[in-house]
Parts: sequence; C-alpha cells; structure tokens
Amino acid sequence: MTTATLSTPKPGGLKRLIERYPFLPALLIALVLLGLNGLYQPRSVSFIGITGLVKTYLALIMLAIAQTYVVYAGDIDLSVGAIVSLVNVVIVVMMEKMGGTGFSVVAALGMGLLVGLACGIVNGIVVAALRLQAIVATFATSIFFTGLALYVMPVAGTPAPATFWRTYGGRFFEIPFVFYAAVLLAIVIYVLARTRLATQLLAVGDDAQAAFQSGLPVTKIRIQGYALCGLFAALAAFCITGDTASGDPLVGGKMTLFSVAAVVLGGSALSGGFGTVVGSIVGALIIGLINSLVFFVGTPSEWQNLVQGLAILVALMAGILVGRRARA
Amino acid sequence: MTTTTQTQAAAPSPVLTFLKKPLLVALILIAALLLLGEALSPGFASGQQILRLLIVAALLGIVAAGQNLVILGGREGIDLSVGGVVSLSAIIGGNLMNGADAGILPAILGCIAAGAVIGLFNGLGVTLLRIPPLVMTLGMLGVLQGLLVVIRNGIPSGRAAPGLSQFVTQPFLLGLPGIIWLWVAIGLLLAFMLGRTVFGHRIYAIGSNEQAAFMAGVPVKRTRIALFMLSGAFAAVAGMCLIGYSGSSFANVGEQYMLPSIIAVVFGGTPLSGGKGGYTGTMAGAVLLVVLQSILTTVHIDESGRQMVFGATLLILMLFYGRGRAMRA
Repeated sequence: MTTATLSTPKPGGLKRLIERYPFLPALLIALVLLGLNGLYQPRSVSFIGITGLVKTYLALIMLAIAQTYVVYAGDIDLSVGAIVSLVNVVIVVMMEKMGGTGFSVVAALGMGLLVGLACGIVNGIVVAALRLQAIVATFATSIFFTGLALYVMPVAGTPAPATFWRTYGGRFFEIPFVFYAAVLLAIVIYVLARTRLATQLLAVGDDAQAAFQSGLPVTKIRIQGYALCGLFAALAAFCITGDTASGDPLVGGKMTLFSVAAVVLGGSALSGGFGTVVGSIVGALIIGLINSLVFFVGTPSEWQNLVQGLAILVALMAGILVGRRARA
Repeated sequence: MTTTTQTQAAAPSPVLTFLKKPLLVALILIAALLLLGEALSPGFASGQQILRLLIVAALLGIVAAGQNLVILGGREGIDLSVGGVVSLSAIIGGNLMNGADAGILPAILGCIAAGAVIGLFNGLGVTLLRIPPLVMTLGMLGVLQGLLVVIRNGIPSGRAAPGLSQFVTQPFLLGLPGIIWLWVAIGLLLAFMLGRTVFGHRIYAIGSNEQAAFMAGVPVKRTRIALFMLSGAFAAVAGMCLIGYSGSSFANVGEQYMLPSIIAVVFGGTPLSGGKGGYTGTMAGAVLLVVLQSILTTVHIDESGRQMVFGATLLILMLFYGRGRAMRA
C-alpha cells in the first residue's frame, strides 16, 4: 500500500541477499542465541542438547509452518492451537480403543490427518467462501473445535500407547527419530515451495484483486491454504503427543499466538504476499532458544516469563525493522 | 475540518438496508435471545437476571470501548494486550485498595496510569517504529503475562474495597448499580467524542484514509498513540470494576476479554478495517455476547456441547455483519 512496492531494488550485496533470503536476519538472531546458549550452558549445544531442543519445539515448528501458508495469502488462523488439541485427543483415544498396536498407531495418525484437513477446510470455507473476517471467524471456529475436543476427551490424562512415544523419543541406527522427521519435513516443504499453490497463495496475499483479475480462483486458493494449515497443525499434534505421551483437550491453546509470533520473527509479512516457511521454522527455534537461554543464565523462576516476553517483543521489533530496512 | 464531510458521504450500498443497521440487528437478536432464554428456563428474563447480565456486559463493554477506538483508527488497528491490562489492573488495584475504601481513589488513578503507560508503549511501537498493531500488542501481551507472574510472587492478590464492590454490584441510582451508570456515561461520552469533537473526527479520518488525513494536517501519530493509551486506560478501568465484581483477583482474570472484546466491536457494526462504525453498536454487541453465553450456561448441556453451540452461533451471527466484498473482475 505504501511506497515499498514502488521502490526499485537498489544495488548493494547485503540488501539483495536479504531480499532473496528474507529469513537471514532471523537466522542471525538464532545463531547468536545459540552461541549465547552454548556460552552459558556448553552442554546445550551438544548433540543431546540440540536433540532435546528439536524434540521439544518440533510441534511449534510444525505449527509455525501451518500458520505461514495462511499468512502467505494475507489471512490468519487463530484456531491452529484448537486443531492441535482436537487431533491430539482424537489420536490418543483412537490408539487406546484399538489396543495400542502398531497398526492402531498408523490408523490413528491417518485419522488425525483427516481431522486436521477437515478443520482447515471448515476454516477456509468460513473465511474465504463466506467472507468473514479471519481473526474473529477463526476465533469462533477455535471455540467450536475446542468443544469437539472436550467431547472426545472431557478431562486430560489418557496416556498414549508406549509404541507411539517410544518411537518419537527413540533412536534408529544411533540417530534420534526426530532428525528423520526433520529431514522428511525439509523435503516436504522444499517440494511444497515449488508447487503452484505456494506461488498462488503469495499472489493472492500480494494483491487479491489483481490475482482474481488475472484469472486465479482466489477463493479456492485461500481454502487450500487453510487446508494445508490444518494438515500441518495435525502434524504438530503428532509431535506434541509424542512429547507429552498423553491426551489433553486444551494442550494446544497456548500455542496459537506463539505460532503467529514465529511467523513474524521469520520475516513474513502478516499482510500477506511475502514470506518464507524456512523463516517461520527459524522463528519457532528463536522462541525455543530464548526460553532455554533465559533458563540457562539463571534467571529467578518468577522472572523467567517476563524476561522471555521482553526478549520476544524485542526480537519481533528488531526482525520487522531489519526486514523493512532491507526491503526499502 | 473538511474530513467530516468525507466520512459522512459514504455511499449507501444496495444491500438490504436492514442489514446495514448493526445496532438494530443486535437489539432484535438480544430481544429474541431473552425470549428464548425465558422459554427455556422461566425467570431468565426477570429484572434481577437482566440486571446481572448488564453488569457482566458492562465489564466486557468497557474493555471493548478501547478496542473499538483502536480499531476505528484503522491501519489494521487491534489491541491484543487488553486482556493482560485487565489482569494487571485487577491485581494492582486490589493491592492499592487492600479492602479499604480510602484506597479506592489511589487505586483508580494508579490503574488508569498503568494502563495508559502500557498503551503509550503500544502506540509508540505502532507509530514510531511502524510495527503492525497485531504484532506489537501480541508481544506486549507476552510481557504483561510475565509481569503478572513477577507481581503475583511478590505481593498478595489484594482485596476489593467494600465501596467498590457496592458500586459494581448493588443498586446505586434508580435501582441500577453504579457500573451500569458508568457504562452509560462512557457510552454518551464516546458518542459525543466521536461525533462532535475534533479528536473524534480525526479518528475517523486516519481510519478511513491515513494519507489523506496526514495531508489535511491531522497529527496522525499523536492521534493513534492517544487511541492506544485510551485502550489501555479503558481496560484498566474494566480491571478495577472486575475486582469489585469478584472481590479478589485470581490468575489471568483478563484473558477472557481479549478476543470477545473484538467480537463485541464486530457485532456492533465496526469492521476490523476501521474508519466507520461507533461505540453505541458495540455496547449492544457486548450485551448480545453476554446474553448468548448466559443462555448456554442456563441450558443443561455438557461443557463440550456448550462450546460447540457457542462457536457455531458466533459464526452464524457474523454472517449478519460486515462480510467482505465479493471479488469482481
């Protein structure tokens, strides 16, 4: 809307680099944080330390990726946390009912993906087809999804079968399972970034009217963005179930706003049309690294939340300022 | 100011004029819900019950007043930190009063000052650093939640002064509690401010076209900062009233006001894009939300069913309000 779109790319290596890879400032922040983590707790940058970080924050990474695809199109999804809760209780109940065998795990995960997809499509229809405002409409659907989750499991506590969390927390050929998951994730988002959908979502987010006039099915594309978001929210639920090894109908609620923060930290514009999934992953890691650093420097426990909150606020502001300066 | 003529000249669209009047829609829905509630459980729409609903609605409505102003100011204006301010104000107010009437005035002043300072930071971030309001206030919410943990560990949660509790819950004038009079006064004040004062016209001006407002000499930044400060101050007043209502503050009491305050604004006919709408509708929107929630607690269904019905009803109600325009080639 402002002059940003009119400005011509100026010469200057660094600027062009950031324009090409908008997540570079975030990556720099993440590396500094990682260094500080290592300084205060050398073991945190060891193989085991990094494994623990990835294992704990893979769910938030997944959720940040989920949020990115709707933000691409200039939308937002405040129901991702509720979708995580719903998928979490659905798969835990289903695995338990089917006896916790290997087959039951696979069947439950398939069901979980379907539930996530369905929630995403509902959001897409509500926001894109019915043209309700995304912030309030996805808040309303989040209440609905939370109700469903409470219906499936009224109180938290049902344990997930050992087959499931042992696999998630286990190792194969001396390499932790989460690293296989991370490699698979990298391949999936690499492929997704090269699909037409990613480009179309960005085109819609950049200028929906122009996208429509050039013949793009804007409504369908936005629904697909929400559907993709629902699928990744289901993956986030798998990770959190592997990490907590139990079902909780309210487990994801607190994650929604962190997923938005991760996307912004990663250099994506909430107004749409500009961003990267890699940035959101780095953004989620920044949140994780801030949390662990605050712990490692020995902040008194009652001050930890405040220091974390301040650090995230500063990182958000710094990310936006650096990103804008680079693009201006 | 020339800007007033611009805002008033908004072209009427050929849609049903009925649906163009959100205040009317909200009032009719409130009446319908009250009748439904009375049918489901006799006594739901009794005078005493309605008074109780209005008190709860006033708490939400006062938070929504600040939210409404920020949203009216446009540029994706939104304040996600209001819930944190409500919680913070409840605990600061509770400690400053500590059960004594003499502490009411310092508590009110202290809370409003705290809310306004938080709003000042939000406003400075949004205007000087040009951080999107959603991001700035989201970050601020995180800071406030952390601050609450620190405060809670250091000092007791505090108690409301009897005078304040009386003001919120007991009849004050003409049988109505003081908080309802306060809410009506805020409604009148905002109606006057938005409709008759230069400041009000500036809000609509920056909300509908910031560039044009700037060209016309409106101090855009100062106006927007003032909106965020007002939002913090209103949330702080609501926090004070909340502790008067509940007696003492408990963990994160304010969280329940964050998104509902936005929905009350939307149900009142102010679109999130800003620049048009007003507070009178928002007041009706707040009552509507509270009546709806109250019906669901009256009916005997599980928490899960209640949430599902509430979410679905919110979606259906939203269909009545400011849907986006369809794409046209």
